[in-house]
Amino acid sequence: MVVIKNQNELIWRKRTTQQQWINWFFWLIGISIVLLAWKIISDKTIWFFVQDAPRQAADIGSRMVPPKWSYALELFKPVWDTINIATLGTVIAMIIAVPVAFCAARNTTPHSSVRIVALFIIVASRSVNSLIWALMLVFILGPGVLAGTVAIGLRSIGFCAKLIYESIEEIDSNQVEAVKATGASNLQQMIYGIIPQVLPTIAGVGIYRWDINIRESTILGLVGAGGIGLQLNGSINTLAWTQVSTILLVILATVFVSEWVSAKVRGAII
Amino acid sequence: MINNTSTTTYPDYWKKPPFIKRSWLRWTIIIGSILYLIAALLSMDINIQRVLEGIPRGQRFIESFFPPNFSDNRGVVWEGILESVWMAIISTVAGIALSIPIGLGAARNLAPLWIYMTCRFIIAASRTFPEIILAIFAVKLFGFGPFAGFIALSLGTIGFFAKLLAEDIENSSPAQAEAVKATGANWFQWINYAIQPQVMPRMIGLSVYRLDINFRESAVVGIVGGGGIGATLNTAFSRYEFDTAAAILFVIIAIVMVLEYASGHLRKWVQ
Repeated sequence: MVVIKNQNELIWRKRTTQQQWINWFFWLIGISIVLLAWKIISDKTIWFFVQDAPRQAADIGSRMVPPKWSYALELFKPVWDTINIATLGTVIAMIIAVPVAFCAARNTTPHSSVRIVALFIIVASRSVNSLIWALMLVFILGPGVLAGTVAIGLRSIGFCAKLIYESIEEIDSNQVEAVKATGASNLQQMIYGIIPQVLPTIAGVGIYRWDINIRESTILGLVGAGGIGLQLNGSINTLAWTQVSTILLVILATVFVSEWVSAKVRGAII
Repeated sequence: MINNTSTTTYPDYWKKPPFIKRSWLRWTIIIGSILYLIAALLSMDINIQRVLEGIPRGQRFIESFFPPNFSDNRGVVWEGILESVWMAIISTVAGIALSIPIGLGAARNLAPLWIYMTCRFIIAASRTFPEIILAIFAVKLFGFGPFAGFIALSLGTIGFFAKLLAEDIENSSPAQAEAVKATGANWFQWINYAIQPQVMPRMIGLSVYRLDINFRESAVVGIVGGGGIGATLNTAFSRYEFDTAAAILFVIIAIVMVLEYASGHLRKWVQ
């Protein structure tokens, strides 16, 4: 922030001239990168198809209405499977994530080398998408709900452990010290000093991740890992567009309900 | 003189209070979740035979991951990675450019009710469907290739970025906004000098975070034909070239780690 004196007038400016130039320079670099990216993507695009898109959209749109409501009755089992994948996956993830988080938090980790391993688990689990986990697990466990559940579990470990370990690092150390002063062992300090402080976070994170997992598990069927994605993939491949729109509406309803449930439960906890 | 009977008696043991205090609710939740677990596990029809068969297969699968083959004969790994990076950059920028007006419209303290409702609806619609479903439709409409992935990721960005932007604007301090308004600023000046500085640090952090998400998502939109490293990864899996697949996964992990580290630093630098 500078004030420039121009004859008798004082002019307020946000930046000095030099800062302004640096600012413009960064904008130039940024815009060049974006234009380069755009050029590369557009070189690989067949523009005829893009120009054709509005007609295609109108065509598919007209084929999707009215949704085939009778098909919704067949979707009970897939929706039940989808919810199971999300719920059991979250349970698996939480069972693994809590110890990993305790190893990853600076104040509870047994050793700094353990911490590095725990942080690597967190990053590796977070960087690989659940669909890719599912792709690999279908090879190992065979197609079905089990592969999807394990995929969701593996994907969620990183997310849950990251949020939990950050909250462990922020706990009030006075309470832990007070418990320690009574002569508690390390384990007792953990149970009576640390866990009560992070329990609401753990529960909140679990519920939050469950909500995300409901969304993610709707697509796992695309690679054969069970749930409603299987029906979606089948309907798209057979060009049964009225079924596709029914499935999308069912997904919409499921996500809506899960979001409502998660908001209610989190409201009750916090 | 000690009178034992008149002193208050303290309990000689202490029990940790339960997490959920109402006992009927606690028991309902415990019994309900046990019943649910049984029902869910029964309906999963796990084929133990298949799982047992899968264990040695999984071992061989993981063994064939090593050593990762970064220099595969077709040179597709680096090409795919680069395409993903470009796709992530352009879709983050386009997504954010679209999110800013929608985010401003979805903030209750800036927008009239009908704009607010419209923008909130767009955000909810974008948030409901995972990028991959958006990508399936984008591929149907725009054909195979990175353009479809770009469209899908941009639309996915709106739901994320516009929602957080709107929430941040709603939480911004009204005193500063009023002070700028009192100087006679017009609407754009008001947004630029009163609202933007308040939300900017968090938004820059979030854009790097979203770039990170878009890069990771670009690894999966390829599975349905949306271009990027996902297409390469899917091909590698279909051709049983697991060493190439492993190389791709390692590169993805490395880039995500770098982005995460960079976003942490950038956020500190901005604040």
